[in-house]
Amino acid sequence: MLSKRIIPCLDVRAGRLTKGIKFRENLDIGDPVEAAREYYEQGADEIVFYDITASAEGRSIMLDVVKRVAETIFIPFSVGGGIKTIEEMRQVILAGAEKISLNSQAVQHPAIITEGARAFGNQCIVLGMDVRKTPASHRIPSGYEIVINGGRTPTALDALWWAKEGERLGAGEICLNSIDADGTQDGYELTLTEMISTGVGIPVIASGGAGRPEHLLDVLTTGKADAALIASMVHYRNYTIATIKTFLAENGVGVRNLW
Amino acid sequence: MVGIVDYQAGNLTSVARALSFLQEPCVITDDSNVLDRASHIIFPGVGAAGTAMANLRDKGLDQHLRKWVQNGKPVLGICLGSQIIFDNSEEDDAACLGIVPGSVKRFPPQLGEEVPRLKIPHMGWNSVDFQKQHPVFQDIPRQSSFYFVHSFYTAPDDEDCVAGWTNYGIRFCSAVAKDSLVAVQFHPEKSGRPGLMLLTNFCRWRGDHA
Repeated sequence: MLSKRIIPCLDVRAGRLTKGIKFRENLDIGDPVEAAREYYEQGADEIVFYDITASAEGRSIMLDVVKRVAETIFIPFSVGGGIKTIEEMRQVILAGAEKISLNSQAVQHPAIITEGARAFGNQCIVLGMDVRKTPASHRIPSGYEIVINGGRTPTALDALWWAKEGERLGAGEICLNSIDADGTQDGYELTLTEMISTGVGIPVIASGGAGRPEHLLDVLTTGKADAALIASMVHYRNYTIATIKTFLAENGVGVRNLW
Repeated sequence: MVGIVDYQAGNLTSVARALSFLQEPCVITDDSNVLDRASHIIFPGVGAAGTAMANLRDKGLDQHLRKWVQNGKPVLGICLGSQIIFDNSEEDDAACLGIVPGSVKRFPPQLGEEVPRLKIPHMGWNSVDFQKQHPVFQDIPRQSSFYFVHSFYTAPDDEDCVAGWTNYGIRFCSAVAKDSLVAVQFHPEKSGRPGLMLLTNFCRWRGDHA
């Protein structure tokens, strides 16, 4: 049986983590390569790096991070944030990332999804969606709207429509982030996740709101997500990936055993 | 020295990186003279079967692959490389290498009993039920999980060559062992500890079944 994936997300700015992660010794570290190694050893099924650097100099630092991560961990990892061209995608993939996450760029230039999928395969292209709840309307019948630029800019795109459109354009996976739930640690947006997961034929990674292992159980069962993104709950060492997986396994969710 | 066959089928550097981590010398090349001298051959690849076969034929590497297996050189096929060793593939209706009798089939569009239906490609971690004692799978726990990404699966004519089964809506052959050839549908270079163990075992294997 295919396992449900647990995916820690690391935010990187100019080659350093924006929030450190706590190590076993409770040491706070900011090196994304060491953080990736820590989560790999704990049993992460995949890792997401989100690069919030905009400058060209920041980009080349990020490529160096990707190379060092690829030499250190032997599970898939993806990189997102500000990637705008096929050439930039190629550099990140050759540096060792399996997948590229496209977010605002995909909304502004949807053709990049198709071009990326043609160049590197659908499995390489993750459509990142930031979503905010809104009153259902003629334009936004699902009641969930796509927002871009870190949640600042509404787009008047319906989230369910955009998810299906992304799949049609060639995305191999969706990373679905609820702006409302993000940072609350009160649990994932289950209604949204269930709607998108059942609405498309590609895997959906739920993101935003994870604070306790019960939240992952909810989103992987009720929410029908294929994978769950986590951040603070492991960065601050309130939980380890191993303890989360043990909890999920005890509650009947198929997870990969670390051997 | 491990020779990694370069036939324009995706990014081959991740296999090379895993071997470097394991301190196994390797070279990525399409030069059959260099590959002839390699002690081991890894035949990876992602992409479409038709294009891959055309690239192999262009470089004459199809003949060499058959020869290496015939001569008992250890060969490891990965992902697409584990598919095109069969007679033919439903992907592009491609005639393939014919090293192992059988075919490559597309996962049926209505896969599994659950609602929603199982998603294709089969992407993520799934367990492999290893069927036989084999030096390449030595010391790997029987139900270990490996990382898969694929929409087609292999169906050998003779189940004697099946070294591992995996369930995804249907039970399919995820590992093949025949003479000096081992082929795996999953990506050992992206499968953490059991994957690295498999690569280490392969590099130490001399192509026999003792």
